[in-house]
Amino acid sequence: MEGRMAEPFLVVENLVKHFPIRAGVFQRQIGEVRAVDGVSLQIERGEIFGLVGESGSGKSTVGKTIVRIFRPTSGTIHFMGKDVTERTKRNVDFLTKQTQMVFQDPKSSLNPRRSILSTIEDALIVHRISHNGRNRRMIVADLLKRVELSPTYMYKYPSALSGGQRQRVSIARALAVNPFFIVLDEPTSALDVSVQAKIIRLLQRLQKELQLSYLFISHDLSLVRTIAKRTAVMYVGRIYELAPTEQLFLYPLCPYTRTLISSVPVISKEENRIKPAKQSIGGEVPSPVTPPSGCAFHPRCELADDICRKQLPDLEEVLPGHFTRCHHVEKNMTLDQIKEKSMIKKQGKS
Amino acid sequence: MSSRNANGSLIDDNHGTASIEDELSISRWKELKERFGRGWFRFSRNPISIAGGSMVLLVIILALFAPYLTPYPQHAREYTDFSQTFQPPNREHWFGTDEVGRDVFTRVIFGYRISLLMALVVLGISVPFGVMLGLISGYLGGRVETIIMRITDVFLAIPALVMALAICAAFTPTIEKAMLAVASIWWTWHCRLVNGITRSIKMEEFVQASQVNGASPLRIIIKDILPNCASAIIVKVTLDAGFVILVGAGLSFLGLGVQPPKPGLGTMISYGAAHLPTKWWLTVFPSMAIFFLILGFNLLGDGLRDVIAVEAEGI
Amino acid sequence: MNNNMLQIRDLHVHFHVYEGISRVLDGVSLHVLKGERVGLAGETGCGKTITMKSVMGILHIPPATIPRGEILLDGRNVLKLSKKELIRMKGTDISMMFQDPMNALNPVFTVGQQLRDVIRFSGRRLGEKSVLSKKEIYDRAIAVLREVRLPDPERIMSNYSLELSGGMRQRVLIAMDLVNKPKFLIADEPGTALDVTIQAQILDLLKELVKTRRISILLITHNLGVIQEMTERVYIMYAGQIVETSVTASLFEAPKHPYTQGLIASVPRLTGGEIAEGIPGTVPDYTVAPSGCRFHPRCPHAMTVCRSRKPPLIELDRDHEAACYLYGGQNG
Repeated sequence: MEGRMAEPFLVVENLVKHFPIRAGVFQRQIGEVRAVDGVSLQIERGEIFGLVGESGSGKSTVGKTIVRIFRPTSGTIHFMGKDVTERTKRNVDFLTKQTQMVFQDPKSSLNPRRSILSTIEDALIVHRISHNGRNRRMIVADLLKRVELSPTYMYKYPSALSGGQRQRVSIARALAVNPFFIVLDEPTSALDVSVQAKIIRLLQRLQKELQLSYLFISHDLSLVRTIAKRTAVMYVGRIYELAPTEQLFLYPLCPYTRTLISSVPVISKEENRIKPAKQSIGGEVPSPVTPPSGCAFHPRCELADDICRKQLPDLEEVLPGHFTRCHHVEKNMTLDQIKEKSMIKKQGKS
Repeated sequence: MSSRNANGSLIDDNHGTASIEDELSISRWKELKERFGRGWFRFSRNPISIAGGSMVLLVIILALFAPYLTPYPQHAREYTDFSQTFQPPNREHWFGTDEVGRDVFTRVIFGYRISLLMALVVLGISVPFGVMLGLISGYLGGRVETIIMRITDVFLAIPALVMALAICAAFTPTIEKAMLAVASIWWTWHCRLVNGITRSIKMEEFVQASQVNGASPLRIIIKDILPNCASAIIVKVTLDAGFVILVGAGLSFLGLGVQPPKPGLGTMISYGAAHLPTKWWLTVFPSMAIFFLILGFNLLGDGLRDVIAVEAEGI
Repeated sequence: MNNNMLQIRDLHVHFHVYEGISRVLDGVSLHVLKGERVGLAGETGCGKTITMKSVMGILHIPPATIPRGEILLDGRNVLKLSKKELIRMKGTDISMMFQDPMNALNPVFTVGQQLRDVIRFSGRRLGEKSVLSKKEIYDRAIAVLREVRLPDPERIMSNYSLELSGGMRQRVLIAMDLVNKPKFLIADEPGTALDVTIQAQILDLLKELVKTRRISILLITHNLGVIQEMTERVYIMYAGQIVETSVTASLFEAPKHPYTQGLIASVPRLTGGEIAEGIPGTVPDYTVAPSGCRFHPRCPHAMTVCRSRKPPLIELDRDHEAACYLYGGQNG
């Protein structure tokens, strides 16, 4: 994409977010949910970055911590060069104008008791972008048009809108502050496939027009494959693989990634052909309250041996831009070696 | 087509603003009408709410216009006519007369005024206070919530009637003191109710969205959380009204509330009780009046609760 | 004819609502042969859930009405069965797997208690001479838990549902469905509430069980990938009408109905590439449903005849039919 700067826009380093579990009359802490256990990533200006994972992976928490719904337990967040980890008034003001979030559930992401106008203009009022009610109505009308809704919708309430329309309103709300960066947390998971297609196209169009950066969080791998430039795979609070999207899907190196991709039910032969063979031996997705020792995937991995049980492998750059976390993947492999390794057990469905 | 203009804002303003404004105000009215229409439709479909609503409305109208609707408005104040004492119900006095010759019907209607005023004052004080505390404790959580809720627990343990009795017995009993006494404990129910609702709504994504927008906690409480508590509060207030009136009448009956010659319904029953069963009209009519009003509030409250439940299901 | 496990013929279902009559199902016909795996696919609001509820007899009859249609389950008309007969049918002849395993189990009873209940009822209803003994019930329970590949079934029996993960709960549910040896299973969005790796396990399990026990299955879902993996034949449903039906493989290779085409084009691919524009417009309001073919307001190929009459299912190939005038039928 033209005009995109190569400097990182958002830099997250070793982000950790633990939630305490409290019980008893005095609410003493008896454990913790290690939702995010050391995540580092960088997103460039104008990039769509995909974050995939199953339940308990921590992907939603990463998104919500970046927009400061949650406070990080440790780690740093730099946005446009500024350190915004601390919750100072200045940081909060700065962040809430530059970053936004679109939530998953169209039913609960809009206040059922507020009109669409009230929901969208809230940001305008809070950030004092407009003091005039009439002016604000015009801005909201504009935003609604931008998400392909008629401006007359502003006086409606969420119960009168369909799921797809509600998500459009959520997007309009996110755009109200002119953000540079939007976290999208499963924005289309609750929608039908045909509606999803329209919303995704809208998001892509807006991204191009406004040079937005997206952190696109989803459990739908095919969707992320389609729109993300780079993708990271999370499992039990950590990133286990990160690579340019096409490369991740064609040559997945981490056994978990391969299991994930091979589990997706697909509808065409071409897709079946590129699926890797499953490398897991069944088992459950672990809970972030009691994560397995060492490499979290070891209880389900065919390649697991002693070292996998004992030691968490580091996230290493195996190829330029392609990082993975696995004891059985050598650093600095050539592309041919990678192709060979990932081709060995590929499913050859006819 | 669209990009950021000089201010970096996303607006492109090349349209005729006049027509858009017209369109918007038309649709605004349309939406308002539809919302109100649908709400009314649901309400009117429910026989319980219609019954309760009519009863309450009737009492309110009677009370508001009491001086004009009653045959002997002066009987509500100091008045005696010993030639007319203890008349049974007849054409001049529909409900008969009492021990000093006052028209019972007039006094019952004026008695409604006092009952409604009592409900208004008690709830008018306790509800805003309780709701506010509930919102604050529910949203802020942590120690603030613990402190507020434990205080609430202590107050909740005191029955309203007992508290009112205690205060009225300690000082000279007047209706004002009785109302304040009841109000001083009544807030706790609303505090707890709203605290519970706030705690669950706090987790909803639209609240998180407002946080992401940078809204202050106060703004979130008022604009996001309070509207979602409104239905529950309204239902509770309606049901409370009946109960408060009952407590007030009870206090008056015990001699600790409305003092004569004011026409408190409970007071009238208390004075009339001595003359049962021969002069039955002295107790029966005020009792029925209380019953009617409280029943009305209860039906209305139940009906509202049904209507709101239906609305929640989106039918 | 008697090779059919399930036959739905011209089913119409109407709901009486505030705005009028909501004609949710407008002449739905489909069949499932014995031992076959058939899918019913469609998006939200297309009526697949209503169809399923009608078959299971759990539709709330007011406000719903069934003005026309037949549902034959193994030859018997479900709509004409008495309540008693319906109860006897459920769980034994036909079983249903509900969508959300997280909530479908009762949290205050252990798995063992619930499983034993299910087994005990079946024993009596099938007219077995004596109620099964405690040991027999226990053995059957353990056996079926093993069949759904749950590790350590003895311990699972004493677990509460909250102690189990989503995948394990789903397996327990499958066990409860299969323990009474039903001939027909309706699966509502199997695995959709589960993580994708777990869903893959469950789907594999289901496929295997259905094969070994020779159960007919009607799989209802909006996920076309699941249809491709699990079914032999599929019906595509839109706005209360069946618009296309075919052998699964050929449907995805060459969809014929414009709705199916739009739908398949909207599915994101693991191979990347652009997603299509989606399908313009929205699902219709069933109180004022479009005349004729209900898809015509959104169809890029709509013709005048599409507005006037509902197109019949036209046979395009062996086992491939589409309800669309593009393929003829105007003079039908």
